[in-house]
Amino acid sequence: MSDLNAAVAAGVVGAEDAYRSLLGATVEVARAIFRAKASSVLLLDEETDELVFEAISGAGAGELVGKRFPSSTGVAGWVLVTRQPLVLDDVAADTRFSQETAESTGYVPKGLMAVPLLVEERALGVLEVLDRPSDTRFTLAEMDLLGLFANQAAVALDLLQRARRARAALDGEGDLGALARIAATLDGASEERRAAGLALLAALEKLL
Amino acid sequence: MSVLAHETEDEELPAWSLPASAGESIRLPSTWPERVTREWAFGGATGAGVRVCVLDSGIELDHPLVGAVQRSVAVSRDGDEISVADDDAGDLCGHGTACAGIIRSLAPECELTSVRVLGEGYTGSAAVLLGGLEWAIAQGFHIVNMSLSTTKKQYAEQLHELADAAYFKRTMLVASAHNMPVESFPWRFASVVSVGSHEEDDPLAYFYNPAPPVEFFARGLSVDVAWLGGGTVNSTGNSLATPHIAGICALVLSKHPELTPFQLKSVLHLTANNVEGEQ
Repeated sequence: MSDLNAAVAAGVVGAEDAYRSLLGATVEVARAIFRAKASSVLLLDEETDELVFEAISGAGAGELVGKRFPSSTGVAGWVLVTRQPLVLDDVAADTRFSQETAESTGYVPKGLMAVPLLVEERALGVLEVLDRPSDTRFTLAEMDLLGLFANQAAVALDLLQRARRARAALDGEGDLGALARIAATLDGASEERRAAGLALLAALEKLL
Repeated sequence: MSVLAHETEDEELPAWSLPASAGESIRLPSTWPERVTREWAFGGATGAGVRVCVLDSGIELDHPLVGAVQRSVAVSRDGDEISVADDDAGDLCGHGTACAGIIRSLAPECELTSVRVLGEGYTGSAAVLLGGLEWAIAQGFHIVNMSLSTTKKQYAEQLHELADAAYFKRTMLVASAHNMPVESFPWRFASVVSVGSHEEDDPLAYFYNPAPPVEFFARGLSVDVAWLGGGTVNSTGNSLATPHIAGICALVLSKHPELTPFQLKSVLHLTANNVEGEQ
């Protein structure tokens, strides 16, 4: 691997780890602030139109990362599609909601807070907080707090996705693979060819 | 068929100007009292004769808190093609049932129709939402409950045109506002009634917001709502405040069917808790 490629790859790999940690910290804090049993971030996979568990704190933490389900059914799907946050408490034990949620979360929650993760006009996924203490009445101030956490989680998720796209480009996958290959070729080229290549790129940049 | 005004073939063409001395020809009776009170606005009203559409995740059939649902359709997408067909899948989430239950609790004799815009995947969901709204406006519902929004700017203009078409066709769109600093639609448009939440328990308490774009606040905190499997849950969100206003609109229209959307909005304003004061 060339020096340029290696340097960029090291940065991207480090970035992905850092952003994943940031996302993990966000769900940890969300869980702690709301004194909840679990908190998770679900990422929208646009290629398969599915929601994927990306970060989890508390119940389900070991086994659910990577688990997928359809993007527009259930409460998480409703929140994603409608861009509206929703809080449910005192969920009766025998509703279809309980079964579906249990299948996706690994246990039957009595309560669920879900908020869309929005960056500009894109919906990236959903932040969920499960089973906050039922002895306290929910307030609109908490709803606003949930929204603030969602903003933070959305930024972390956006950075994580950018890092992944950059890495895919370096690996030669995705739309930007050609750019990474050009960078690698230039890096290894003779001085003359490299100067010609850079001049061509400068012209392309001007054109665009 | 498109519902946009310039493409419809209305029996009464729009009037573009008013000839001299012709004011008499369009004279309309005014039955508004000197002071608009809730008693005048919806005292004794049941919602009878008012057709309400719930654009959401579907409505569970035979839910005891919802009762009769006049018709259930689902909007689907095949490429660029949007179609609307009768549907018996019920509710894919529970939320549409919750909205329908709130509207029913306030306006027990209104007619409810479910337009399901969920279930076709996230991709294309904005197109499905628009298709559902266009269908609902073409059906001439009096009220459309939209506890949803889109952030996609490419759809904002089309959604804006639909909202204005509804306004002039006497279909009141009641739409959930955001409680986050998010640019989303259609709740930001002036031709809809946009709704946020207050913290009181009274389902008939509503407030006019003198600092829009959120125009009204209604009950949206810790509401016991109908949910899947004939059950209930306790729920919070602007999406539950919205059907409270939709239900109150149904009451007003059942007593005063002649009201246009801007008049209906004026009645909501004049009868709001913070405007009329003590009832």
